[in-house]
Amino acid sequence: MSRFLKLGFAASLLLGTAAAAIGGQAAAEAPAGGKLGIGRLATPEEVAAWDIDVRPDGQGLPEGRGTAAEGMAVYDENCASCHGDFGEAIDRWPVLAGGQGTLEDERPEKTIGSYWPYLSTVYDYVRRAMPFGNARSLSDDDVYALTAYLLYLNDIVDDEDFELSKENFTSIKLPNVDNFIDDDRESEPHYADKSEPCMSDCKPGKAEITMHAAVLDVTPENADDKDAPQGGID
Amino acid sequence: MAERQDTLSPSRRGFLTGGLMGAAALAATGMAHAGESEEVITEIQDWNRYPGDGVDARPYGQPSQFEAHVVRKNVPWLTSDSISSVNFTPLHELDGIITPNGLCFERHHGGIAEIDPTAHRLMINGLVERPLVFTMADLKRFPRENRIYFLECAANSGMEWRGSQLNGCQFTHGMVHCVAYTGVRLKHLLEEAGVKTEGKWLLAEGADASAMTRSIPMEKALDDCMVAFAMNGEALRPEQGYPIRLVVPGWEGNMWIKWLRRLEVGDQPWEQREETSKYTDLLANGKARRFTWVMDVKSVITNPSPQAPVTHGKGPMVLSGLAWSGNGAISRVDVSVDGGRNWHTARIDGPSLPMALHRFYHEFDWDGSELFLQSRAIDDKGFVQPTKEQLRAVRGPNSIYHNNGIQTWHVGTDGVIENVEIS
Repeated sequence: MSRFLKLGFAASLLLGTAAAAIGGQAAAEAPAGGKLGIGRLATPEEVAAWDIDVRPDGQGLPEGRGTAAEGMAVYDENCASCHGDFGEAIDRWPVLAGGQGTLEDERPEKTIGSYWPYLSTVYDYVRRAMPFGNARSLSDDDVYALTAYLLYLNDIVDDEDFELSKENFTSIKLPNVDNFIDDDRESEPHYADKSEPCMSDCKPGKAEITMHAAVLDVTPENADDKDAPQGGID
Repeated sequence: MAERQDTLSPSRRGFLTGGLMGAAALAATGMAHAGESEEVITEIQDWNRYPGDGVDARPYGQPSQFEAHVVRKNVPWLTSDSISSVNFTPLHELDGIITPNGLCFERHHGGIAEIDPTAHRLMINGLVERPLVFTMADLKRFPRENRIYFLECAANSGMEWRGSQLNGCQFTHGMVHCVAYTGVRLKHLLEEAGVKTEGKWLLAEGADASAMTRSIPMEKALDDCMVAFAMNGEALRPEQGYPIRLVVPGWEGNMWIKWLRRLEVGDQPWEQREETSKYTDLLANGKARRFTWVMDVKSVITNPSPQAPVTHGKGPMVLSGLAWSGNGAISRVDVSVDGGRNWHTARIDGPSLPMALHRFYHEFDWDGSELFLQSRAIDDKGFVQPTKEQLRAVRGPNSIYHNNGIQTWHVGTDGVIENVEIS
């Protein structure tokens, strides 16, 4: 028993040393002071390193600026290989521009200009996740310039010298912002109707097939990739 | 010993590669020639004579090699690149309510992050009394809970809005899985940081190359959300967010941030890409619903189905399927074999837990005529699974997400099954 205790003590000493080494200087700071006292205070530098999100009201925007013309150079080098020269997209990569007035069409085209409600989303997303394969590689000014260029490609600004900055960012409104509504699924007739569902003789006549999956034949292992249909999981 | 293995291996390999054919032949023998003896019984088989592998051969066990076809599958035409893509759970090969870890569908936007847990941190910042950083060891000092929940991608069945497309429940319904999570309640972590009174929203962020983010209302975060580090008793799989992921019971899978590294408290939603340009539901009138978080009541017959046809001919048949609802538990599942003309209440077997998969069965005598199989789930809040026609009538064909319409499988007289839409 005593031997076990000694071993245990030695092990905890070792673990303690290791933990201090991993935690580094930060671990030596004041205890967090929460209810259980678990964890440590985040340093301002750590919060700044990870907290790069930007909201529609401009919270989180960094200092910086860039013009649409500058953005075109950044775009051509980093973005056009997937999104196309004019944001029209190559293969199934996302279309970034155009599509205005198509949301009620048979095949709507949802782009920054036609669908996205907030410009802050463009800045936030490009800064955190683009270019695909090399995230976080663009400067804050580059992202302002790119965002300005995407406004230009979507005809929301028409001057290639237009400069987007932290100061004028929230003055830009995207055209589709008012077309978003809250979740009202529960008011749909099939959900609002809480009566017992029909159990017998619910529909007249025998069921007839109106559409076959086999006609499209797009199931993997049968499908010919060239004939793949449009649409997807988005 | 080695010599004997060498002499044996060709015949063994031959049997293995012919596995599927062999099984079909055996089934045919069993069915067609009652009274004749089968060699699998009258001949001594290799596995009955020679010892197999020892305990050191498989330190982490794998399924039988005869189950090698039971895998997740991608639909290549759906996405541009497999790094930002999805694969599908083979629901037709599974039973019960728990999905094996290696078969849980994957959806990620910047590939699988491979994270050393000693280099992983969870930060809580924003409108809190104390911005905190937790190590993995810190997280395991909070009280733990075990909960079984389904996770469904909001785009599950999304390819079927315009009509039947894919022949197999793996592809039409395979963006759902259900596992037992072990983790800590988000509430406890937030309490430790001290949420300020104006903190009404939470931003969850992943550490992967897409730095995935979603805004979650504080009410849900404090209610039943978890930070999970284990699934089905073992550490999360890398593709499911190792070392930690967010669990948001009953809500769309995109919110269950994997590789979770940061939680920020705020007073309004962040309107991130995945809650504005994606995961909003476009309606026929050009309006789009946003913040459609709950996964609606839904079910599907997994067997028989297009990838699992009927091979036994007429006579006793077992229909089997899955039902689930983000609103709570499933109270009833009805099945129809005549395309919704008449319904029979199925038998739910196994645990019935809120926001978890439910397994149902319906046993009947098949007369060999064509069938139109359907299932209809009802949850304990009284929501009834709608038809696809009802959904399209209200929403049009371009919503992409939240398609929980009743699925129809056509069973031909030959037992072959197809995904169809019917009158």
